[in-house]
Amino acid sequence: MGSAVLATRGVSVRFGGVHALADVDFEAEAGAITAIIGPNGAGKTTLLNVISGMVAPSGGSIRFDGRDITAAPAHERARAGMVRTFQNLEIFSNMTVLENVAMGCHGRLSVPAWHSMLRTPRSRRIEADIRREAMEALEFVGMAEYAQATAKDLAFGRQRALELARALAARPRLLLLDEPAAGLNIAETQALAAMIVRIRDTYGLSVILVEHDMELVMGISDAIMVLCFGQTISRGTPTQVQKDPKVVAAYLGGDEE
Amino acid sequence: MSYRKDMIWLGCFFVLLMLAPAALPNNYFLTILILGCLHSLNAVGLCLLVGHAGQISLGHAGFYGLAAYASAWLSATAGWPVEASMLAGVALTVAVSFLIGMPSLKLKGHYLAMATLGFGIILSILFTETVDITGGPSGFVGIPRLSFFGREVKKDLALYRVVAGVLCLAVWLAFNLLHSRIGRALRALHTSEKAAQAMGVDIARYKLFVFVLSAAFSAVAGVLYAHYLTFIAPSSFGFMFSVELIVMVVLGGMVSVPGAIVGAFFVTVLPEFLRAFENIEVVLFGAILILCMMFMPDGMAGGWNRLWARVRRAWAARGASGAAHG
Repeated sequence: MGSAVLATRGVSVRFGGVHALADVDFEAEAGAITAIIGPNGAGKTTLLNVISGMVAPSGGSIRFDGRDITAAPAHERARAGMVRTFQNLEIFSNMTVLENVAMGCHGRLSVPAWHSMLRTPRSRRIEADIRREAMEALEFVGMAEYAQATAKDLAFGRQRALELARALAARPRLLLLDEPAAGLNIAETQALAAMIVRIRDTYGLSVILVEHDMELVMGISDAIMVLCFGQTISRGTPTQVQKDPKVVAAYLGGDEE
Repeated sequence: MSYRKDMIWLGCFFVLLMLAPAALPNNYFLTILILGCLHSLNAVGLCLLVGHAGQISLGHAGFYGLAAYASAWLSATAGWPVEASMLAGVALTVAVSFLIGMPSLKLKGHYLAMATLGFGIILSILFTETVDITGGPSGFVGIPRLSFFGREVKKDLALYRVVAGVLCLAVWLAFNLLHSRIGRALRALHTSEKAAQAMGVDIARYKLFVFVLSAAFSAVAGVLYAHYLTFIAPSSFGFMFSVELIVMVVLGGMVSVPGAIVGAFFVTVLPEFLRAFENIEVVLFGAILILCMMFMPDGMAGGWNRLWARVRRAWAARGASGAAHG
């Protein structure tokens, strides 16, 4: 268990009277692709929001790389090496593709504000570095040719790839993907699966994946946790989870007994 | 626009500002030119805050006035040197904007507009009611004129050059900022605060930064205003002026710094031309603004871009048909 890059202990979230998450223990091993699955409304995205700091838990703790980050705001977690993508695409629509990806470098390639205002040599160097690394990330996802396009003009699948490139530009140690295959066709989903594995292998990072597409999840995950109504009902390797009667019942709506 | 294009624009603008007085028939127009520059300074700051970062302020006339009154009081009443008063006036305004910005910027959209509106109104009441300090509704008279190291800038033309120089410097700073990681972060948090945070942007800090920066631009304009006119009155710093500042930025196309400047000059100069219509002046002013927004919804910068694209297309078509006929 010492190799867990991220661990939650007893995380709970209540929205009014609803328990979105109840006492969830979750662990993602370093260098692994860990998936969180479950029926609609199970609390998968909420868990991802708690991990990335977008939602404050009402109880429990979160550790990232052995450090307690329960109270850290979202931007600090990002700077600590945890970057996420969004289910409903949160691209910076009015900016160019390159500028979008450059935002990924924001926390990592930094310089005091007055350097930027006076455009000092140091500021220019940093801007050149940002540009170069943003281009590298774009090349990695195969979108270098769209660098100067306005983000909102891209096709949907490319916007997804753009979000991925933006996250990569941050050189995270932990990548959180919130339903990356939503809205993609079969070919695009297969390309995405290959891409996620390639990202993990190239950058040696850990991935937490929230996803509905079972073929994608079963194909690339090293470990899976199944959530149902805010509670963990199963965890293990893809084959273990698939055979678990509780999981079958949760998805098919049968009795648990 | 690329940084280079922006710099070329700034160079041309500077030359234009320096040559403009030679084309003017009398000193009265120089006054309008100086006011245009001061309004532009305000508008450039607001363009960063409202256009790029998407944070609406209806209180910037308050910052403009606060700096003007502070510098006026320090120099005229407390007997400080003008340079020190101006610096202190700007510093005070920056400090106040910091204190106002910290709680207000937690609000969004209309609520932020309301909070800054309230602040602006409080300040404008203060300017009017603290008669002992500000001279009240009849204004603050006897402010020393702008001076450097004991040498007064006597001629309006020299003072105009100082103001124009300060404006160009501010525009340069704004362009640098917009073409840097900070400018990108501001645009990013405008579009999606969630995603900006997820990229490591401390959105509260960035909002406060750009709020204070825009207040500083207004403050610099305010102290120059006070030591140019040597007389200030509360009516110049009321709610209507805050609205006019927003109008300048909107007319300019929100995100365009050159646009904001054109908008500022437009709003400054237009009433002078409408003065002949006396009673219906305000109505005409409003009607012209409505027409502008109807036909140039993305502002003068957008209107200019479309016009330019059309001219280029027409040119290309002429070239093509000419080649076909030849």
